[in-house]
Parts: sequence; structure tokens; C-alpha cells
Amino acid sequence: MPGITGKDTVLMDYANKLAALDAPKGRSLTQDALRRLSKNKAAVVSIGLVILIILVAFIGPFFVPWGYSEVDWTSIRKPPDFAKGHYLGTDQNGRDMLARVLQGTQMSLIVAAVATVVSVSIGVIYGAVSGYFGGRVDSLMMRFVDVMYALPYILFVIILVVMFGRNPVLLFVGIGAIEWLTMARIVRGQTLSIKEKEFIEAARASGAKPFTIIMRHIVPNLTGPVVIYATLTIPEIIIAESFLSYLGLGVQEPQTSLGTLISAGAPVAEVLPWMLLGPAAVLVTLLLCLTYIGDGLRDALDPKDR
Amino acid sequence: MLGYAFRRVLSAIPIALIAVTVCFFILRLAPGGPFDGERALPPTVLANLRAHYNLDQPLVVQYFIYVWRLIQGDLGPSMVIDGFDVADLIRIGFPFTLTMALCAFVIATSIGILAGILAAVNQNKWPDYVLVLIVMIGVVIPNFLNAALLQLLFGVHLGWLPAGGWVSGSIAHLVLPVTVLAWPHAARISRLMRGSMIEVLGSNYVRTARAKGLGERLVLARHAIKPALLPVVSYLGPGLSYLLTGSLAVEQIFGLPGIGKYFVTAALNRDYGIVLGTTILYMFIILALNLIVDLVYAWLDPKVRYR
Repeated sequence: MPGITGKDTVLMDYANKLAALDAPKGRSLTQDALRRLSKNKAAVVSIGLVILIILVAFIGPFFVPWGYSEVDWTSIRKPPDFAKGHYLGTDQNGRDMLARVLQGTQMSLIVAAVATVVSVSIGVIYGAVSGYFGGRVDSLMMRFVDVMYALPYILFVIILVVMFGRNPVLLFVGIGAIEWLTMARIVRGQTLSIKEKEFIEAARASGAKPFTIIMRHIVPNLTGPVVIYATLTIPEIIIAESFLSYLGLGVQEPQTSLGTLISAGAPVAEVLPWMLLGPAAVLVTLLLCLTYIGDGLRDALDPKDR
Repeated sequence: MLGYAFRRVLSAIPIALIAVTVCFFILRLAPGGPFDGERALPPTVLANLRAHYNLDQPLVVQYFIYVWRLIQGDLGPSMVIDGFDVADLIRIGFPFTLTMALCAFVIATSIGILAGILAAVNQNKWPDYVLVLIVMIGVVIPNFLNAALLQLLFGVHLGWLPAGGWVSGSIAHLVLPVTVLAWPHAARISRLMRGSMIEVLGSNYVRTARAKGLGERLVLARHAIKPALLPVVSYLGPGLSYLLTGSLAVEQIFGLPGIGKYFVTAALNRDYGIVLGTTILYMFIILALNLIVDLVYAWLDPKVRYR
């Protein structure tokens, strides 16, 4: 029944118009964070560059005319030579530098990935257990972290590598086993505040076991700080690995890593500059991008910090 | 305050003891030993050597002998170089390492603080951008690469400075190593200083100071810089221990006669004595620095004392 004033028709029109429009969608925290991240130009460019480096490092070797340990007897210590396919020159043994840089990047990336996974897993579980149980367990576990902090880091890595052999797998594990300390501290701090929340109490009331509560309810809520810190750990691990390789304690010939290449290039950089500049450029780009991504993620996931 | 200091010192002792234990057992449980040369030693010689260094005793007995000597101030002998012990190594190498680390510390801290203030005052103008770029390079480039590039530029192409090595008393030989060592430290400090300075400059009391007509210089000098320094102060302790361990790497790269050179050689030769002694020395230094930082903090902030 249409009203005398025509109010109903107007309202109906308005209601139809509203229905035709998209309802405002709720945004999750993740979407919010992604949107903030996508506005950060440095971070977006860095993500693109890192993806590019990863792709090139893993796919590139199939398209490069020379293998990384293949010797070209006709061009030893030669500058970049496009006709022969040595786009970054060759080293003192006549091996193609481009192929070696690709292989080295691959190795550095693998070390970084494995060591980061090791250190993040140890750190998160250790920190969450320590924070969740609290009391004596907590103080005991954190004292242990204090002790580990007191050990001089570089010396410790050198000892580990020297004593347990120069096996790349041990290298990954050794570096990862040291980098978890800060992660454990951060996670413990977060866990202390999370475990007081109502949903943890609810889980406990419903009879969940401590392990289930830690893995199902606490750890997923730690994603933000863990992601930020893990991103900032990767460059540290790459530096640690390349430093060990630089000292001759890391990856062994004919395998190579960015650090090994730089340590081989540094002494001859005066006469064969391409041997230093190629790997150095890749290493610096990679580290710079990862640092920018880490900073960007921190700003995106933790807006109160700005 | 005294009570707090006493408690804090007491709590450092078990940490030191556990750390010594961890170091000792990790080193001893690892395979290989200082006497596994290319040529096998005759069994009697080997047995005598092992007896000399107490290596024939059970591990636990060795541990107690070591701790007992450590308490008496003996960091242990070298097992590869005859008649040489960790105390000798420290006497030869440590003054150099300490001088270099302290030089880098003083230079980097002052430059870092100044750069941080400069960047914060000119926020989002060109001095800020230039400084942030320099800082980023310092944070990102690993010291061995930085060293190689600086050696190439100043040592080889320009020829202004020696690229490496050491002539006693020569300051020119120290310029590049100290630069390489100090750069990341200065970068971190200026990052902290810039952040906290920007925060302080936006605060109400700085606005009040400006509103009552103080000139910009006076506002900075009297009101802004002091509170902005707090986060920097808390980084100085870890920063110095970072410089001390970092100097090991720099010494190795530039071929300088500090502890670092001997440490890496000793580790490669599996010289347990030197490796263990040096590690423990560094650990004590780090613990002592942490202790000093905590005490300074407790002195600055009474809340910490009564926790």
C-alpha cells in the first residue's frame, strides 16, 4: 500500500540501490597487512627482485652454456666474452663465472632456507614452551639462553664447523642451531601475554593438553613476530655462511657459495675484477632486498610501531 | 643499589660456570684431536703427550682439573705449540685487539650519534636520505666484502693507505680495519638515534620548549638529545662485545696480529687449549659487559632495582 507522502517508494528505491551496491567487506588482519605492504614501494620491488634471483639461480644453470665445474682450456682468466658464452668472464681455472655465481647463489639460498627453518622451529617451540609453562621451567630455560648468549657467536660457529667437519648439512644445522636464541626470547615474551587470553583458558577448560594448546592455539598467534624476525634472520645467516666460506671453513670446491666466490675473488680483484664484482653484486642485492622486506613486513604487521 | 649489584654479580657466576662447562664438553666430545697429524706419532710419544695434557684421564676428571686451574687464573696451555699457553696468547694479541675495538667503538659511537641527530633534524630531506643510504650499506654489506672493496679502492687504485699487514705503531695501517669494524656499529647506532630522536622531536615537551621561544639549537641541546640517547646507551654494551668478536674477523682479513689470527689457526689445528681458553676469555668479557650495562641501567632507572 503506497503511502500518501510517497515515503515508501523513496525508501524502497534507496533499499534497492543499497542492495545493488557491494556490501562493505570485512577485511582480515592479513589482508590489511598485505595492503600496507603493497603500498611500500621498496618492499614490493625487493620482493620482486628476490623472487627473480631465486628463479634465475635455480633455472638459470640449465640455460648457461657452461657448467659450474667445467673447464674451458682456451679461456683462462679472461674478462667477459660474449662470443664464447662467458658472460661474466672466467676464473683462474677457466671455469665460467656466470655458472659459478648461479651455483653459489643457489647454495647460499639453500643454506639460508634450511638454517632459517631450523632456527625458527627451535626458537618458536623453545620460546613457546618456556613462556607457557612459566615459573621454574621458564627461568631454567631462559638461563640456558643467557648462557648461550654469553658464548661468542663467531667463535662458536668456527668451533662447530672445525670440530664436526666441513659438511654442508652440518653447516646448515650449526648456523641454525645458534641463530634461534633471539627468536626464543621474542616468542617467549609474546607467549607470556597470549597465555593469559580467554581462548587459552577456554582451551584449557575443555581439557586440551599443554602440547595441543601450544601447537594449536599459541603458535598460530605468533605468526606476525615470527615472520618478521625470520625475514631478518635470513640475511644474517647468509652473512654467517659467506663469512665461514670466506675463511675457508664453509662450502668446499668444486661446490661454491657467494662467500667462497668472494673470498676467491678478493685477492685477485686488482687484475681480475670481474671475479669479485659478480658475486659481490648478487650478495649485496640479495641482502639489501631481504632487509627491506623485513623492514616492510615489520611496518605492515605491526602498525603501532609507526 | 649495592644490594642489587650484589645479587646481579651472584647471578652471573652460575651462568659463567655453565658456559664454561658447555664449551668444555662440546670441544671434547667432537671427533678429532690436536695430535692427529698427517704422520701418525709413535704410540709411546702419543701416550706421553696425552698424559702431559691429562688427556688420558676420564673426561670428568679432566673437567675438574680444568675448572680448578681456571679458578686460579690459568686459562690452559696450547696443545700444539710447545711451551705456549693462552696467557701468552692474550699477552701478545689482546692489547692489539682491545685497542682496535676501543678505537672503533669511540669513533663509531660519536659518528653514529651525530649522524642520527643530523638525519632526524633533517627528516625526509637530502641529508637524511644520504645518511640512511650510508647506514643501509653499513648494515647490509658483510665486513669481509666491505674490507675487500675498501682495500681495492684505497689500497690498490688510489694507493692512499696500505691494503693490509701491520707495521708497529703505524696509524695508516689501522685506518681501513677500524673503518670496516666501525661502519656497521655506527650504522646501528645512528639508526637507533634517528628513530628515538624523531620520536622525541614530536613530543609535547619539545613543543613546549619551542613555544616558549627557545632557539632550535637550545631545544636540541637542552631538551631533545638527552632523552633520545637512552636506547643508544642500552645498545652500547652488546655493541662493544660485538666489536670485540667482530675484530677477530677483521684481523684475519687484514692480517693484523691480534687474537683473531691465532684463534682461527688454533681452531684449524684443533688446538683445544687455545680455542677453549680464548672462547672462555671472550665469554667472561661479554658477561662482564652485560653486567656493567645492567648496573648502569639500574642506576639510571630505579624501577629496575626493585623488581
